[in-house]
Amino acid sequence: MIQLGKYCRGFRGGPSDMREVTDGIRERAGDDSLGTQTRLRDQTLPYRAVGRGDVSLSPTLVMVENSEQTMTKRKIIVLIFLPVLVFYVSLFLGRYTISPLDVVQILLSKIFPVEPTWPKTMEVVVCTVRLPRVLLAMVVGAGLSISGASFQGMFRNPLVSPDILGVSAAAGFGAAMAILLSLDSTMIRIFALVFGLAGVAMTYSVSRVYKTTPVLMLVLSGVVVAAFFSALIGATKYVADPYEKLPAITFWLMGSLNLSSINNLLSTVPVIALGSVGLLLVSWKINILSMGDEEARSLGVNTEVLKGVIIVCATMITASAVCVTGLIGWVGLIIPHIARMFVGPDHRRLLPASLSIGACYLLAIDDLARTATSAEIPLGILTAGIGAPFFAYLIRKTKGAWT
Amino acid sequence: MVASIRLENTAFSYGEKEVFLGISLEVHKGEMVSILGSNGCGKTTLLRCIQGELRLKQGRVLLEGKNLSSMTPVERARKIGMVFQEHSALFPYPVLEVVRMGRAPHLGFFARPGARDTNISEHALERVGVLHLRDKAYTQISGGERQLVLIARTLAQEPEIMLLDEPTSHLDFKNQVLVLKIMERLSKEGLSIVMTSHYPNHAFLFSSRIALMAHGKFHAVGNPDEVISPENLGAIYGMEVRILTANDPESGDIIKFCVPVRKDQAELTHN
Repeated sequence: MIQLGKYCRGFRGGPSDMREVTDGIRERAGDDSLGTQTRLRDQTLPYRAVGRGDVSLSPTLVMVENSEQTMTKRKIIVLIFLPVLVFYVSLFLGRYTISPLDVVQILLSKIFPVEPTWPKTMEVVVCTVRLPRVLLAMVVGAGLSISGASFQGMFRNPLVSPDILGVSAAAGFGAAMAILLSLDSTMIRIFALVFGLAGVAMTYSVSRVYKTTPVLMLVLSGVVVAAFFSALIGATKYVADPYEKLPAITFWLMGSLNLSSINNLLSTVPVIALGSVGLLLVSWKINILSMGDEEARSLGVNTEVLKGVIIVCATMITASAVCVTGLIGWVGLIIPHIARMFVGPDHRRLLPASLSIGACYLLAIDDLARTATSAEIPLGILTAGIGAPFFAYLIRKTKGAWT
Repeated sequence: MVASIRLENTAFSYGEKEVFLGISLEVHKGEMVSILGSNGCGKTTLLRCIQGELRLKQGRVLLEGKNLSSMTPVERARKIGMVFQEHSALFPYPVLEVVRMGRAPHLGFFARPGARDTNISEHALERVGVLHLRDKAYTQISGGERQLVLIARTLAQEPEIMLLDEPTSHLDFKNQVLVLKIMERLSKEGLSIVMTSHYPNHAFLFSSRIALMAHGKFHAVGNPDEVISPENLGAIYGMEVRILTANDPESGDIIKFCVPVRKDQAELTHN
């Protein structure tokens, strides 16, 4: 009566197999009595534990229909609304207590004419202090994560982060030098940006052989350039005045969002947005590039142009993030992995997911940085200090199954 | 009839190191040509020159009369599909996604595959008989299945020529024959196939023509029965080889196969 063996073969495969199975069951159940249907369902249930558990075999089998699509839709909804939620919560978190309702009213008053029922200070805190910082945290977190995800695909290496080409070390040296020369904060940013870009240009030119840039050469050159600039950072620290400048350099190198302002936001957002759009446009090509340079070329992909586009976009993003916030490590390394656990390895989904999760992560970390203690905690300490144990938990839990 | 592939007195060298010299070959539509030769004799380099990944130092490659060096990478990828020998998978893309990558030469720089490309990719999987793997993770299927998926990806390119670098080298006995049978069928459907191989017996069974390569030259080119002789194999591999024939008791066919001579054993028994 029931060929259960046929239906349950290869069950470990996941949702799609599950759908096949239930399709089969429904077909049979259609021209059968209700009794059989119940029996079938009962006999299928134990296998739920074997599958990934993505599919809920609810009492009405019809609900299982297109469960895969429903899952994808649900994930998309989470990825869109999670950042909105974290954004909203972040605006009323902080030393200065503001009620969630006031936050909404203050924000709405910027668009619609609303009679203010709140003190002026509150509006200043929300709009001038918190809003730029919250938005900058989101944009930087999103930017670092999408560059990390793109680089991991391009370098075919899950250990790669956005600073693999030396952008962070070089930008760090630029900033340290500007601090050493007693320049103002605008000049510190410009120095960081220029040196960051120059560092990547150096890496690129060192790695160029026979008119190509093999991935391994890029990685090695990146390590060389980063080591060189790290040495220079060490040198600037060594000669810096230990009471004023050394702490400033150290603090900058640990990263912080406390310099956020509307101006910073306006200079950073367009660059990161542009870079992200560029990466999203080539996201399918990153899939192909991740199969290896030679294979990608055999499929007609101009790998040099493609790698150039990815490097330029990711460097634009990272350099403009680093020059405003200082060095924020670790985000660009782990967020792509978390995104991959969530949506799989296809870069067409991975890159948008990295944007969303990265924005949430850095914002949540920054909320912690500014609210946990009365003094602000440098971001670099928290991104790794919290991120590392959390990531350890995730890789233990999934046992590396997503790679 | 214009040859699918025509090599005219081609040569290639890495810097000073000459890899092959004076190689000419014609491959016609629907032919399956195997290149046999010892490790390092330049077979793979020759394939990469036919594919256009490497530039010839001398001579030219014509694809249906058109000079390869005047073609853009995209034009080449529409004509030639390549199945690589060394291939490491890193990300667990679904099989269908891997096959869809074969559509790249037909799409623009920023484009993504659409419904039509998915259909073509599914059809390609069906042609090599692995449509059931469609949603499996590419990293979790067996080596034989992976080879078939790569062949399907190459089919999704809709090429006229398929080049395979030792397509059976990592496969078990059954999968070797399976892959070769599929290649034979594809060649009968009109695909021109050039592959390198380490197995003279496979070449016997499946090739329409064989090129024996040694020291950067073609030692002999022709149909399997002519070319695979103890003398020729001995010359290219530098060892003694016997060609034996047997009657298949089931079908009555005469089967030819070659085996190496165990000289050491012969010497031992003599002493």
